[in-house]
Amino acid sequence: MALSIALAGNPNCGKTTMFNDLTGANQYVGNWPGVTVEKKEGKYKADKDVIITDLPGVYSLSPYSPEEIVTRDYLLSGTPDAVINLVDGTSLERNLYLTSQILELGVPVVVALNMMDLVEKRGDKIDVDALSKQLGCPVVPTTALRGKGLDDLMSTAIAQAKAGKAPKPSMKFDAAVEDALSQIEAIVGSAVPANEKRWFAIKLFEGESLTEQALKLPADSMDKVASIREAMEGKLDDDAESIVTGERYDAIAHVVDRCVKKAPATMTTTQKIDRVVTNRILGLPIFIVIMTLVYYISVSTVGTIATDWANDGLFGDGWLYTGTEQYDEAVEEFEAALETAEGVAAFEAGTLEEPDPAEFGLWHPGVPVVVEEWLTSVDCAPWLQSLLLDGIIAGVGAVLGFVPQLIILFLLLSFLEGCGYMARVAFIMDRVFRRFGLSGKSFIPMLISSGCGVPGVMATKTIENEKDRRMTVMTTTMIPCGAKLPIIALVFGALAGEFYEGTWWVAPLFYFLGLFAIIISCIMLKKTRAFAGEATPFIMELPQYHLPTAKNVLLATWERVKAYIVKAGTIIFLSSIVIWFLLNFGMYEGAFGLLDTEADDYIQYSLMAGTGSFLSWIFMPLGFGNWEAVATTVTGLVAKENVVATVGIITSLGEVGEDDPTIWASFATLMGGSSVAIMAFCAFNLLCAPCFAAIGAIRNQMRSAKWTWATIGYLCGFAWVVALLIYQLGGLATGEVGFSFWTVVAVVLLALMLFQIFRPTPDFQKKDQKKAAKLESAGEAKANA
Amino acid sequence: MAEQTDCAVKTLRDVPIGATARVVKLVGEGQVKRHIMDMGITKGVDVTVRKVAPLGDPLEVTVRGYELSLRKSEAENVLVA
Repeated sequence: MALSIALAGNPNCGKTTMFNDLTGANQYVGNWPGVTVEKKEGKYKADKDVIITDLPGVYSLSPYSPEEIVTRDYLLSGTPDAVINLVDGTSLERNLYLTSQILELGVPVVVALNMMDLVEKRGDKIDVDALSKQLGCPVVPTTALRGKGLDDLMSTAIAQAKAGKAPKPSMKFDAAVEDALSQIEAIVGSAVPANEKRWFAIKLFEGESLTEQALKLPADSMDKVASIREAMEGKLDDDAESIVTGERYDAIAHVVDRCVKKAPATMTTTQKIDRVVTNRILGLPIFIVIMTLVYYISVSTVGTIATDWANDGLFGDGWLYTGTEQYDEAVEEFEAALETAEGVAAFEAGTLEEPDPAEFGLWHPGVPVVVEEWLTSVDCAPWLQSLLLDGIIAGVGAVLGFVPQLIILFLLLSFLEGCGYMARVAFIMDRVFRRFGLSGKSFIPMLISSGCGVPGVMATKTIENEKDRRMTVMTTTMIPCGAKLPIIALVFGALAGEFYEGTWWVAPLFYFLGLFAIIISCIMLKKTRAFAGEATPFIMELPQYHLPTAKNVLLATWERVKAYIVKAGTIIFLSSIVIWFLLNFGMYEGAFGLLDTEADDYIQYSLMAGTGSFLSWIFMPLGFGNWEAVATTVTGLVAKENVVATVGIITSLGEVGEDDPTIWASFATLMGGSSVAIMAFCAFNLLCAPCFAAIGAIRNQMRSAKWTWATIGYLCGFAWVVALLIYQLGGLATGEVGFSFWTVVAVVLLALMLFQIFRPTPDFQKKDQKKAAKLESAGEAKANA
Repeated sequence: MAEQTDCAVKTLRDVPIGATARVVKLVGEGQVKRHIMDMGITKGVDVTVRKVAPLGDPLEVTVRGYELSLRKSEAENVLVA
């Protein structure tokens, strides 16, 4: 029969390293049911019949975080045959606090005393046998980083699992508390298995509602427990929870006194590094340098090269590795020739040819080119060819194109996380972010998002708190990313025209709009039921610095990138087909069918135009209620780069860039020449749902369809309101838009937003109680009638 | 709340950088209090304040042999002698 062994311990105690070592590549990553906490399982390398479950890193088994609840529920469920409790030998007291709780659960336990090399280096001496006697379970010294002691640990754990012996710790609380606990154990009687009695007695003494509900003891028993608790609380002048926590730590201090000979305290390496890295004066400059490096490597330099290669090379025309200069020169010459009448004639006659990149150096064609050649060679139907190339390969390719960049980003982030700097980032930035309800760890996703929203959303992975993570995912794509810059440039050009010197403020304005949107969104969301609650406490361990192993960094990177490819891939695949269908099918000359995309104005007949007209009433109050603008916005969902391209197609200008004056003029005409409508269009496109790739990343991070839709809904709704305010109120101010029904709507919405921003956070608990009371009294009234 | 208005009571927030203080009591309730205790700040333990973050908040303290960071507002829940 297969044995199940759980791996439990504090965060940063080397659990991931040990899990990776024990299971090798046999890992399955999933979710614990009902929560977004990651569940990792793997088969033991040396014995495939042993399944190892990596529990979330927790400091305690209290019922306050999803991680803690998942851990205790799993340990109490009876599934694991034994628990390996990983303990960091360099911080024994705090680590044994969790151990003291695990020992009460009645499951066989083996304590792995980890980081023994660091303990020895410090000159501390731990008496392993004495510790084992005190804890009442086997203790095996290990050094997970070097794979030391793991065989010994596993054989002990397997033996314990087979024997099924519960630990018998000799750690005792104060006599009075012990007396109270044994009274409660007597009250509980046979309601719980004998070896879990102490755990339940302690939980009942603490008055933990989760356990009280689970046990469903008769009311008189509960009253007895309550009176025991009150007596103790009065006697010790403290609440029961504090009494138990204090007693645990006191008992542990006692054990540590007996088993550990500490070397005289000197400054640790971590303290020495932190003297510089989180220094009051040097801390910020060092932080800025590190963040700039992360940004430049993952977004600007290496990341862009990798993404360009993937987008233009692998999923584009192809990629030229050498001889690019000569090729560029040849292209310039060719284009210059085309400007002249003789050149055009020569080109049409076939004597002048476009330069072939393959002749200039090492060249490989892109996937679409190869597939196109192959499809043409097998005589594939044009519509299928178009679906495969323009729909699926273009759409999925746009998403997979981000993979190289993601790999680079995650290598860097996994390294920063593994070495312990991520906790310092939170430490340094906390002051800024908690003002609008987030913690310092939200900084990294937002920084990365200014380059690209996909890695930005994926970077939220390092935020442990579920609410913080969700809120960061929801808002981080409001920062203008690289692909949104052309939209800003287009709008800037359309507004400024010839007088661009006078309107230099437009581009920075939209950056500030993004930042401002995030801040007010956070403030507003924080006051909704889903995000309300106590400010996330910032009581966080600053772990010791250490060099992460290459294996851990690579595995962490692979895990995240793989998750993105799988989850994002499926959504994008379907969405690409839908958008392709909308763009390429339509009614032309009375018949429904595939449109001729070579024709200049084919898009007018497409389903997309129909969809645009159908949806245009939504955008009417925003000043751009024509199908062209709507279709542009919809194609922006596939990739924001498409917005400019679609404007080009719709205005029959073909492939023109966003910096071309002709597209500025036709775009301005498209918007009816209204500058507030142009601003509103830009604001909507910058703030609404991001591209499919980013939506895929959001789905991946939220791990819930409901939250993904909530995010898309919020982003679109918020963007709509902001665009409405700009058009209606801005237009009223400049005299472009008259007073109408929508002006009133805009004012009301603005007032509602201000109300949500400035009102105090409502007390949802109280509201719930009131509601319950009302329902009860209503029920009573009914019963009386 | 009564403890917080009383000026004579010293909290972890008032401990100068580099100094060590002994915890007397924890005030407040619920998750935050439990979390502070779970991390090892319990009655009778010595806490050394290491530093303040570059922007003036949170604090870094050493307790039970490791480094812990907490906000000044949370440090106010820890009464020290």
